[in-house]
Amino acid sequence: MSRIETADVVVIGAGIIGAACAEALSAEGMRVLVVDRGAPAGGTTAGGEGNVLLSDKAPGPELDLAVASRRLWPELIERLRAELGDEAARVEWEPKGGLVVATDQDAIGPLAILAEAQRAVGVEAVELTRGEARAMEPHLNERVVGAVHYPGDAQLQPVLAATAMLTAVRARGGEVRGGAEAHGLMFDRSGKVAGVHVGDETIACRAVVNACGPWSGHFSAAAGAPIEVLPRRGMVLVTAPLPHVVGRKVYAADYVAAVASSDVDLQVSAVVESTATGTVLIGSSRQRVGFDEALQVEVLRRLARSAVKLFPVLAGVPVMRTYGGFRPYTPDHLPVIGEDPRFPGLWHASGHEGAGIGLAPATGRLLADLMCGLPPGVDPTRFKVDRPAVMAEVRT
Amino acid sequence: MRVRFDGVEVEAHEGQTVAGVLLAKGIRSWRTTRGGDRPRGLFCGIGVCFDCLVNVNGVPDVRACQRVVAEGDDIRTQAGAELPS
Amino acid sequence: MRRIVVIGAGPAGLAAANAAALHGVEVVLIDAGAKLGGQYHRQDALAAGDRFELPRNVEHVANAAVWAIEPVDGGHRVHLRVGPADGPDRKGRAVEARALVLATGAYDRALPFPGWDLPGVFTAGAAQAMAKGQGVAVGDRVVVGGTGPFLLPVAASLIGAGARVVEVAEANAAVTGWLANPKGALAGWSKTGELMRYAGTLARHRVPYRSRTAVIEAHGSDCVESVTVARLDALWNPVPGSERRLEADAVAVGFGFTPQLELALAARCRVEDGFVAVDAVQGTSAPGVFAAGELTGIGGAELAASEGAVAGAAAAKFVGAAVEPPVRAMAKVRSGRRFAAALNAAYPVRSGWHDWLRDDTIVCRCEEVTKRALFRAVDERDVGAVRSLKLVSGAGLGLCQGRVCGRNVAELAGVDATGFAKRPIASPIRLAELAEEEPVESPIDAEESGRALGVEY
Repeated sequence: MSRIETADVVVIGAGIIGAACAEALSAEGMRVLVVDRGAPAGGTTAGGEGNVLLSDKAPGPELDLAVASRRLWPELIERLRAELGDEAARVEWEPKGGLVVATDQDAIGPLAILAEAQRAVGVEAVELTRGEARAMEPHLNERVVGAVHYPGDAQLQPVLAATAMLTAVRARGGEVRGGAEAHGLMFDRSGKVAGVHVGDETIACRAVVNACGPWSGHFSAAAGAPIEVLPRRGMVLVTAPLPHVVGRKVYAADYVAAVASSDVDLQVSAVVESTATGTVLIGSSRQRVGFDEALQVEVLRRLARSAVKLFPVLAGVPVMRTYGGFRPYTPDHLPVIGEDPRFPGLWHASGHEGAGIGLAPATGRLLADLMCGLPPGVDPTRFKVDRPAVMAEVRT
Repeated sequence: MRVRFDGVEVEAHEGQTVAGVLLAKGIRSWRTTRGGDRPRGLFCGIGVCFDCLVNVNGVPDVRACQRVVAEGDDIRTQAGAELPS
Repeated sequence: MRRIVVIGAGPAGLAAANAAALHGVEVVLIDAGAKLGGQYHRQDALAAGDRFELPRNVEHVANAAVWAIEPVDGGHRVHLRVGPADGPDRKGRAVEARALVLATGAYDRALPFPGWDLPGVFTAGAAQAMAKGQGVAVGDRVVVGGTGPFLLPVAASLIGAGARVVEVAEANAAVTGWLANPKGALAGWSKTGELMRYAGTLARHRVPYRSRTAVIEAHGSDCVESVTVARLDALWNPVPGSERRLEADAVAVGFGFTPQLELALAARCRVEDGFVAVDAVQGTSAPGVFAAGELTGIGGAELAASEGAVAGAAAAKFVGAAVEPPVRAMAKVRSGRRFAAALNAAYPVRSGWHDWLRDDTIVCRCEEVTKRALFRAVDERDVGAVRSLKLVSGAGLGLCQGRVCGRNVAELAGVDATGFAKRPIASPIRLAELAEEEPVESPIDAEESGRALGVEY
């Protein structure tokens, strides 16, 4: 593979969002270079569960993006398969549906209200009795009160998904370069982005996409256009491989509240699902601790408790691994997708927090539409960069 | 002491591990793999490789090389991935 | 209360516990085994009593699995489960200390070859542990293979347990040649006599000992029935035409050792070239954390014990005990490391083993990942680092968490292996156990911990 010296677009960050942007841009015929200071798909993407969820979002711009993304994922996978072959396009896509469970009477009301609102915007959400929920998931705690079934929820394996998209970028004449840190921009006389400094090289390009995930704030500050994207830590437990125990993505109703919260303190709510290899993943925790990676046993303990409460059969099952990572959090809980008004040619695609895997294809598509002057499939207004929650310089 | 392996009574001694009891009886494998359904038994012998997994008293994923037998233990071949009973 | 935690009761951990206890420090000595001594001094599990005695101020926590180390203000909290291995009813404990000595040792490196997943293929350490600890030979006709002096005591133990050792296949030059050279790097090494005795045992039992030879395949349907051995060239490629088939029902292989790094990484110790980096008093890059034994470099029991004595004294000083510099032990560490370096240089692992594998040879035993699948993931996904390599290939994702396959997979894929050793959950724990609250014993006094400083002599 030849080493690119000039590109149409340089994407900074080879995680799921950078990969999706690069895939969409290269599909539009652009020559794309993706750089990452670490290894491709080795950061936040490798620490994710692979959620493609509609269920956890209330009607609004994020749900619109999620609905678009949910439609795009299977199309994208099909396109990659046609282009790259079955193995290189393998992403362990499982359109298995989600089950949101109320574990006490108090949770039933809010859950039904949310489902009603989601149905109003076209999301399939079926309210179930305890009996119906347990018929669907026989190992579910017999004390659950009720549940809502979301047939549209899906799952995939994020590292496979990101690397498959990056393979397509390479196949279309682009390049993916790991171990290459971008640390500043170069401008032309009109003040437009003309290149990016990567390591000790400068790569000429017409546009730069900041897709650095939780590190987007760092890169944007180094580039002179700070945006407010903060790390929020999440941990996941992985059990030993098990026979079939959990069919869908099953989570407790309080997860929706935790997703929408801005609390600095630890929040834990059970999210339980099987993977293609037989392990069961147990999330989710949210905590704002900066980039502190130190293990906190209390977080694991609370994850374990919440999972056993949903599925008592898991009590005797070994946990063999825990992993986690930092998710890119914005103060108003909406992604940032668009061009930076301060520096034409600098684009941001970040701030998806724990939903980046699900939102990736629609994010890449929207960014490519905006950059290429195509009519956007999703209203970009609420994701724009110059909004008070995101433009860090106005917050000091 | 007496323990059982796959329903058959086996003589065991204080301090023996499950692997020690089974190998002394000439039994080489007591697990099958999830993917290929292949037989496995002891490999590293010191608790590192998790290849010698066995079901003891209804609990799967027990390392035979590490578990010391107790009177009456019901030891069973572990077939692939199992749930505790 | 001045108190330290020592993890691992092999030669290094025992020496550390003794040294710290001698200086009046309370020691909690935690080990997975029922008896003291670790792998090297493995005791007969069927005999009564313990041949090691500890000072009164050492609490020996036996049958314990340390599953996490958590940094806390002023030190570390060590989480363990005590009771029958992998059982659901183990007792949970959490012990805090300002100083830790990690002496978690190492385990055999096994290289893959066609048939290595058949029952009847064991690591050399397994053969040794079963013979010494359980009084059982792993087979009737056993081929011993691999590299390094450790193959000799393994073969001798097998003979002692009643097996017939068919052949010892050393992939490098003969150990005895190195030992006998009066001007060689190992001249004056204290282990020479012991190894010569093992060599004598093999000679008396007419066991062929062949250098530059390896077991490159095991044959059988459901267990080992025979093996193929071949001569190796200098890079360990099999010499065509040199293959011989040996009837055997067991194989014991060991290609050096891999340190148990997960607890050191959890305590945020710096790792260099695959081992925990330590200073002159065995201090790691993490304040209050000391490491001794194979964790810091493969060097054998005697060096491990010297390092343990230094680490124990340094840990005692760290928590405020009056300690004279352990100059004799420090001198023994220096000379021990010279022999260790010479030995490790003499018994490298050469890359020719990559060619022993066939496309369908399993490289990750837990997840049954073949060489073909691994190379395909490497070529098509181009990930370049362990974290994502595991997720695209499946290698290292099983219950052993890459302990067995990690170094081999990293070598085949051309990535750094240390990532495989990041295991924040250091030993599997059942969900109900994890859910349970553990009382924290002896929490660190915040005031006292303010004094925590490095140790200098």
